[in-house]
Amino acid sequence: MSLTIGVPREVFPGEKRVATVPDVVAKLIKQGFRVAVEAGAGDGSQIGDDAYRESGAEIVADRAQLWRMADIVFKVRAPTPDEIGLLRESGMLVSFIWPAQNPELLQALAARKATVLAMDSVPRISRAQKLDALSSMANIAGYRAVIEAAHAFGRFFTGSITAAGKVPPAKVFVIGAGVAGLAAIGAASGLGAIVRANDTRPEVADQIKSLGGEFVPVEYEEEGSGVGGYAKVMSEGFQKAQREVFAQQAKDVDIIITTALIPGKPAPKLITGDMVKSMRQGSVIVDLAAEQGGNCELTVPGEIVVRHGVTIIGYEDLPSRLPKQASTLYATNLLRLAEDLVKTKSIEGDRIAIDMQDEVLRGTTVIDKGEVTWPPPPPKLSAAPPAPAGPAKPVVVPPKPKGHGEPGGPMSPGRAVVLFGIGALLFLLIGLSAPASFLGHFTVFVLACFVGYMVVWNVKPSLHTPLMSVTNAVSSIIAIGALVQLAPDLTKISADLSRPNEWIRWLSVGGIALAAINMFGGFAVTQRMLSMFRK
Amino acid sequence: MTRSLVIVAYIAATILFILCLGGLSNQETSRRGNLYGMIGMALAVLATVFGPSVTPAGYPYIVAAMVVGAAIGLYAARIVQMTQMPELVALMHSLVGLAAMLVGYANFIDPTVAATLTPAENTIHEIEMYVGVLIGAITFSGSLIAFGKLSARISGKPVLLPGRHWINLAGLLIVIYFGYRFVNAHGVAEAMLPMFVMTVVALLFGVHMVMAIGGADMPVVVSMLNSYSGWAAAATGFMLSNDLLIVVGALVGSSGAILSYIMCRAMNRKFLAVIAGGFGTDASAAKPAGGGAVQPAGEVHPITAPETAEMLRDAKNVIIVPGYGMAVAQAQHTVYEITKALRERGINVRFGIHPVAGRMPGHMNVLLAEAKVPYDIVFEMDELNGDFPDTDVAMIIGANDIVNPAAQEDPTSPIAGMPVLEVWKAKNSIVMKRSMASGYAGVDNPLFYKDNNRMLFGDAKKMLEEVQTALKAA
Repeated sequence: MSLTIGVPREVFPGEKRVATVPDVVAKLIKQGFRVAVEAGAGDGSQIGDDAYRESGAEIVADRAQLWRMADIVFKVRAPTPDEIGLLRESGMLVSFIWPAQNPELLQALAARKATVLAMDSVPRISRAQKLDALSSMANIAGYRAVIEAAHAFGRFFTGSITAAGKVPPAKVFVIGAGVAGLAAIGAASGLGAIVRANDTRPEVADQIKSLGGEFVPVEYEEEGSGVGGYAKVMSEGFQKAQREVFAQQAKDVDIIITTALIPGKPAPKLITGDMVKSMRQGSVIVDLAAEQGGNCELTVPGEIVVRHGVTIIGYEDLPSRLPKQASTLYATNLLRLAEDLVKTKSIEGDRIAIDMQDEVLRGTTVIDKGEVTWPPPPPKLSAAPPAPAGPAKPVVVPPKPKGHGEPGGPMSPGRAVVLFGIGALLFLLIGLSAPASFLGHFTVFVLACFVGYMVVWNVKPSLHTPLMSVTNAVSSIIAIGALVQLAPDLTKISADLSRPNEWIRWLSVGGIALAAINMFGGFAVTQRMLSMFRK
Repeated sequence: MTRSLVIVAYIAATILFILCLGGLSNQETSRRGNLYGMIGMALAVLATVFGPSVTPAGYPYIVAAMVVGAAIGLYAARIVQMTQMPELVALMHSLVGLAAMLVGYANFIDPTVAATLTPAENTIHEIEMYVGVLIGAITFSGSLIAFGKLSARISGKPVLLPGRHWINLAGLLIVIYFGYRFVNAHGVAEAMLPMFVMTVVALLFGVHMVMAIGGADMPVVVSMLNSYSGWAAAATGFMLSNDLLIVVGALVGSSGAILSYIMCRAMNRKFLAVIAGGFGTDASAAKPAGGGAVQPAGEVHPITAPETAEMLRDAKNVIIVPGYGMAVAQAQHTVYEITKALRERGINVRFGIHPVAGRMPGHMNVLLAEAKVPYDIVFEMDELNGDFPDTDVAMIIGANDIVNPAAQEDPTSPIAGMPVLEVWKAKNSIVMKRSMASGYAGVDNPLFYKDNNRMLFGDAKKMLEEVQTALKAA
């Protein structure tokens, strides 16, 4: 296979990310690709051309030539009209596309008979998580949002008592606990702030708590989970209740981070101008939904504005503000995609034919050889936890007594009767046929079994191996059996019986030797084991 | 020494043996327990040797046999590695079985015994002899095969002959028929043939029985053979009318039986099903038909040793679940080095032990003890299972079936209902494994495909050493 992956420099103003990093280049080459990177592509992410070259990429200075030689183009941002002109006829492009918002772009790419995979259209199923670029970018955005907020906020996040007085902790309210929201919760609580969060999907409450946040519920009966783990539009009544909660929070907190997005719809307006007005001077709002219009009425997309003394940050390029991290994660997402393409034989030799039976690739592919295939059929599985009546009903394992300190629970009456019956019958048979001398030994035997049973139940499981080796040593008591036969006093027995003394002696000697191995070996090894157990 | 003195010594020895087993119930008292066992044994042997049953003519033989046996036994005890404990124990069981056979034969060819008995007593005595040799022979050959399997001299895979239950039944009938002929035979010469045929059948039966049992069921087999060696001693005691042998044999026998029962329960398997053999062959064939909904699907997420080190370093609570793979790779010392390094950083590291982890009951505990892991951070499954949701990283070293969520989630799985360590409830789990091969049960493990699970492929010891290096470097 000798397909060339071309990675051009991003041309969008202020875009610092790049679609591959040197580590990933090496792995792509291992997969059988050639990689060509435009000179200066990694500059924004502090990755020099030399680093790419060292990991095996070819550095191409001429932009047009790079696009020409690339069988597959890896990009971050959707291509500009110029770039579409550079894309090879029937070429392949992988980047963010946002097909719902950019129908003309889709048409232009289709006109070039291109095959286009949109990283924003990866289906939300577990198998596709490794190539879910939206999640990895959202993660960065959430983290960066907290950093931006901390930068604009005039105080510490963490509360402390210093010689110069008491510093109260900052209070952060996060709206929307998706990937970005959760990352923000984690980052803010990591900085020491008091974090609260709200989401329309009640099942995320545990995730919020696990990151150190406090879940602020909206007391209104409605299930907010849509298909694919995204939120959906809520009813009017719910929205009213929600606004009340937010208004209350706005008065109390210092920082609001909003991340509420509904796929394919403008961002819901959750923070009104009045709420902003009610916030304390110096408070900060970071609006992660700015690109889709913003969750706050006063957000100006792409800018920082101060309204009513509250700083409102509306950056649309938060991932790009952590360029090296964003590039690395995005490049890894692309690498996983490339691996999937190879595995499904969508790429074989120098032939590209996307396997449209594969659910992940089907969803990601928005144009297949000039044919628009977006939108895909709805995903079959939801990433949300299955409904209570799901197929994976756990087998109920009855709770066991701790350790096994007790010999099980009481047995059922029926079984007990049967067992007693069998026992009684056996004893009856033995009593009828056996001579008295045997019964004496039999009594000893039965009692010893019970003693053993009682004693051994109390042995800790961690001592089972020493128990076995010590019982093994003890069972070498069989040596006694050999000892008494080796050289008994024969004088009292009538001489007319011919005893094969030699045979018996050697059998006994063998028995004694074997038992002695056990006796000494067993006790010694038990001792060795037991001396190892220490507190 | 008079007869009465010997009996008193025997009673003292019996008490010491009971105290010995009782002492084993706790780590604190266990060493004293072992000491009681040694004293009891010394008392019993000396009382017998200097008692009326042994004339001074036998002393040279006794001393020679004892010295040879002691030398071999002590040597073996010194050189054996803790990972080889199951093999050693199995081998020792076979010695007890063989000794029981020899003693039985010696008693059988001795005409002086029968001369003192009434006809009814004689019949009982003959049955005792017959049964004693029978159990001894099964113990002997079964333990040898178990030893071979445990030391990988014989493949651990169950060998299933066609109609194996019929073979066993036929063996039983042959044994009963010759038992009948044995009891009705006149004189040693006539009884020799039935005795001999029975011995051969019993030996074959022992081989056949253990060959049919899979490697994962070895803890049951080892404890079962432990039990047999006890019953062999008890049968010998009946044969010789020796109460000490009966008591000790019964103690050992019931101890082994209880262990077998505990092991079976830990695998949620019926004792008879284990003995009938063939786990993971006929059971797994039924699986593809039923398990549709919960068939493990998706992909595994591999991880490197440095990444593992990083995850461990960032965790607050870590639970390590060792399995047979740790024993095979001899990785217990490295595991403890990592544990120590993590604990020095204030990370709460604990060990979770499944009752059937390894190849004999308590195998993992012994290995961890050998590596000097303090036993108060080693916990049983039941003590720890509730703590997994609060655990950041669960590290599974060479274990498979004992952490398989299918046991709880998939009622059609062959291991359904087996109690397992719920590692998937931890925030993250890392499975160290040589490859994607399934465990002894032959069941695929959905754990590997969970999103919060990472796979660290490679030899456990090598990988752990890399993890340790990475931990030190940071």
